[in-house]
Amino acid sequence: MGERAMDRAHAGHAHAGTREYLKVGVMLFVLTVVEVAVIYLEALRPVLAPVLVGLSAWKFLLVASVFMHLKYDSRVYSGFFAVGVVLAILIALAVTAILA
Amino acid sequence: MATTTLERSFWQALPKPRARTGFWSWVTTVDHKRIGILYFWTALAFFLIGGVEALLIRLQLARPEQDLVAPDLFNQLFTMHATTMIFLAIMPLTAAFFNYFIPLLVGARDVAFPKLNALSYWMFLAGGIFLNSSWVLGGPSDAGWFGYPNYSLSEFNPGLGVDFWIIGLLLAGIGTLVSGFNFIVTILNMRAPGMSLMRMPMFAWATLVTSFLIVFSFPVITVALLLLLFDRVFGTVFFDVFSGADLTLYHHLFWVFGHPEVYIIVLPAMGIVSEVLPVFSRKPLFGYSVMVFSTMLIGFVGFGVWSHHLFTVGMGPVVNTIFSLATMIIAVPTGIKMFNWIGTLFGGRLRFTAAMLYSLGFLALFLIGGLTGVMLSAAPSNTQIHHTYFVVGHFHYVMIGGALFSLMSALHYWGPKMFGRMLDERLGKVAFWTLFVGFNLTFFPMNILGVMGMPRRIYTYSAGMGWDGLNATSTLGALIMAVSILITLYNLVTSLRNGERAPADPWDGRTLEWAIPSPAPEYNFARLPNVSSRDELWVRKHPQLAEGAAVAASAESDGPAEPIAMPGGSYMPLLVSLGLFIAGYGLLYSMPVFVGGIVLSLLGLIGWGFEGDNMRIIQPGGEQ
Amino acid sequence: MSHSSHAASMPAGAAAHGHEHHTSLGIPNHKLATWLFIASESMFFAALITTYMVFRYRSVVGPHPDEVVNIPLTTVSTFILLMSSLTMALGVSAAQRGESKAVGRFLLFTILGGIGFLVIQFYEWWHLAHHYGLTWNTNIFGSIFYILTGFHKAHVIFGMIWLAVLAVSAFRGTLRREHAVHVDVAGLYWHFVDVVWIVIFTVVFLLTEAGV
Repeated sequence: MGERAMDRAHAGHAHAGTREYLKVGVMLFVLTVVEVAVIYLEALRPVLAPVLVGLSAWKFLLVASVFMHLKYDSRVYSGFFAVGVVLAILIALAVTAILA
Repeated sequence: MATTTLERSFWQALPKPRARTGFWSWVTTVDHKRIGILYFWTALAFFLIGGVEALLIRLQLARPEQDLVAPDLFNQLFTMHATTMIFLAIMPLTAAFFNYFIPLLVGARDVAFPKLNALSYWMFLAGGIFLNSSWVLGGPSDAGWFGYPNYSLSEFNPGLGVDFWIIGLLLAGIGTLVSGFNFIVTILNMRAPGMSLMRMPMFAWATLVTSFLIVFSFPVITVALLLLLFDRVFGTVFFDVFSGADLTLYHHLFWVFGHPEVYIIVLPAMGIVSEVLPVFSRKPLFGYSVMVFSTMLIGFVGFGVWSHHLFTVGMGPVVNTIFSLATMIIAVPTGIKMFNWIGTLFGGRLRFTAAMLYSLGFLALFLIGGLTGVMLSAAPSNTQIHHTYFVVGHFHYVMIGGALFSLMSALHYWGPKMFGRMLDERLGKVAFWTLFVGFNLTFFPMNILGVMGMPRRIYTYSAGMGWDGLNATSTLGALIMAVSILITLYNLVTSLRNGERAPADPWDGRTLEWAIPSPAPEYNFARLPNVSSRDELWVRKHPQLAEGAAVAASAESDGPAEPIAMPGGSYMPLLVSLGLFIAGYGLLYSMPVFVGGIVLSLLGLIGWGFEGDNMRIIQPGGEQ
Repeated sequence: MSHSSHAASMPAGAAAHGHEHHTSLGIPNHKLATWLFIASESMFFAALITTYMVFRYRSVVGPHPDEVVNIPLTTVSTFILLMSSLTMALGVSAAQRGESKAVGRFLLFTILGGIGFLVIQFYEWWHLAHHYGLTWNTNIFGSIFYILTGFHKAHVIFGMIWLAVLAVSAFRGTLRREHAVHVDVAGLYWHFVDVVWIVIFTVVFLLTEAGV
């Protein structure tokens, strides 16, 4: 079991290159500009909340998957982080909903 | 963090602790077994303090209209009794067994981060002393173990009692969180060859799930306590109703932590019982994989039930129904476990040792705790018995009938391994029966009192309510429990001094901790075991069993007997927690002291990163 | 006892990282612990953000969030923090290649990014206090605004101290390839602080400006 996991960890050692980091940097910049732009677009007003949440989730996932290399690393890390974030979101939504 | 990056640096030139025995060897130790023993004795001391507080409460309530204890002091007593028992007695007692036995059970030579482990202990001690120092520094908090605002705000609760309570819990909480990370990494990453997750003893599983609960729930109470602290110390208005605050936000944050906390206490108890019953039934644990799954399910669902503590605040029928149902669902995996324990006993060759009796006591009493819990989970009936002695009866059946009985079981079962001496079985059995009788006399009447309408947390009551007899019985029971605890203490002290020397495997055990001498040597395993079975030691002792051949082969392939590098001691964990301890007083009395404390602990952290590991090479067998 | 000897002078690395080579999951202990810490911190910030969501419009006296958020300024500081994450990522990959000096340079850029972020954020605090009279005692929005952003700042500052310690080692050339995991975990922490800011930026600033 240990051996197998070790092989996977070694095989997955191909981390992102400088090019991919720069690409993500540019994406983050563009997404931030889009985020700020959409709040001044009257046409988007009715769907603004989901759009903003979506854009921010996109940035979140970009940083987590590439900069924090979850895309390349052991699934164990992604699993723990996902459990923490999902639990955090569920509890935050529940408490906010109950107290709203 | 960057260990060894600056070689021959200032930090590495600092003196390293060298003592192998005596005071400084204990203060600087990073050995998980020594830390476990420190946890044990410290938690025992706090347990006695909490016990005296409980006795004072019971004496005051023994008869109606007494004034043995003043109302204010009464409130401080129940606040400190609960806080002490939960955070400074039961949790650290389970931590004592985590520390000593998790590396042994999974076949490791220490935890993943020995120095962090020492930090956990010192933070627990710092928090405990800080909290209890309020007794002599103006009086402790009287706001209950939950500290609900607005009663806990400065306006209604002037003085420093609540501040001591908050900071004490924050300090101890750091230690708990750190040990949560440490044990998850240890269990997942430090297992012996062949020790797959599904071969781990149940206690390791219980510790793993408990540690996850700690890691995900403690940050939430940290936030709740910090908001309260900022309101009290810096004048923020989080819980100021006139500024528009909703006090129930604190209730939610507290119980998002508080309910997982119940499982943080109960899951290790279940783990202990799952170790003890198979050994004294001479049978493998019944339904192992279902037990593992049930443990995970309890941990998971335990995060979705917090609002059942708030049925009466007016959340509305929909929310109440959801949380009622979620709470009832927890009874399912718990019931499964109950049946599996009975299945383990069924047809076994039972030996009624003291450890076994305590575990059997757990089964009976925890069942009552669970069933009264199901009664409370129904929102309509909860409204009737909320804030009555029924609730007090219920959770003491869980906390004592569940947690304390299993910890007593662990003491008698694992004590010989920890201390190298057998405990007196006869005294152990006497103490068990005394505790069993005393406990039921104390807490069963409370269930009835609650249904009769006696509210919790009242310092006295009028005669003629029909409560007198039951309260007197309850106090009598508390005194009997005290006698039992004294018998156990006498047993512990005399046995450690004159008891029979414990052999490696006194109970004909099934798991790895019994494969090594008692007490365990510093390096635990001279040769790291190669594990091929869930009951590894058992099948090694009985190679005629079906999988015997494979087991014998794996025993042949145990790790080599070679010199072992073990981490030596360090002053830094103590320094870091001392800094935070001082900073705690500074926050309340003087800002320069606060800054000084923080600087001291930062220096400790940097020294920690750069001092190196102080490794020692040990030749196994060379020390015998 | 005579068989045991102190080995403080052992070759560094061999002893210190001996346990890293054989782990049951095949992943380093440090990194596993860091991810658990990050998962735990998610709950910490979730509790603070929940407090913000519940309390943001409950103040009885102003100023209210929609009167004070400064989108242009915060956008700039957000951009700086995002870019500091980029230099951090580049620093980690330099560490994995064993290029000590490059690691030092990237860490320095990252710390400068952190300083830039903090300068703008503290200016915003000062601005809110002096032009709107908003302090953490003013109203319940002020309380949670300063506490939420304050705890985030505290995380940024702690991260900068951590990175500075590593940068010193890197410039001295003592941060060798086998220590890459130390840069790696510091990087994870830094990116996490960035990720938290992405959420705060949306919840506290953008959604407020959008009137949601």
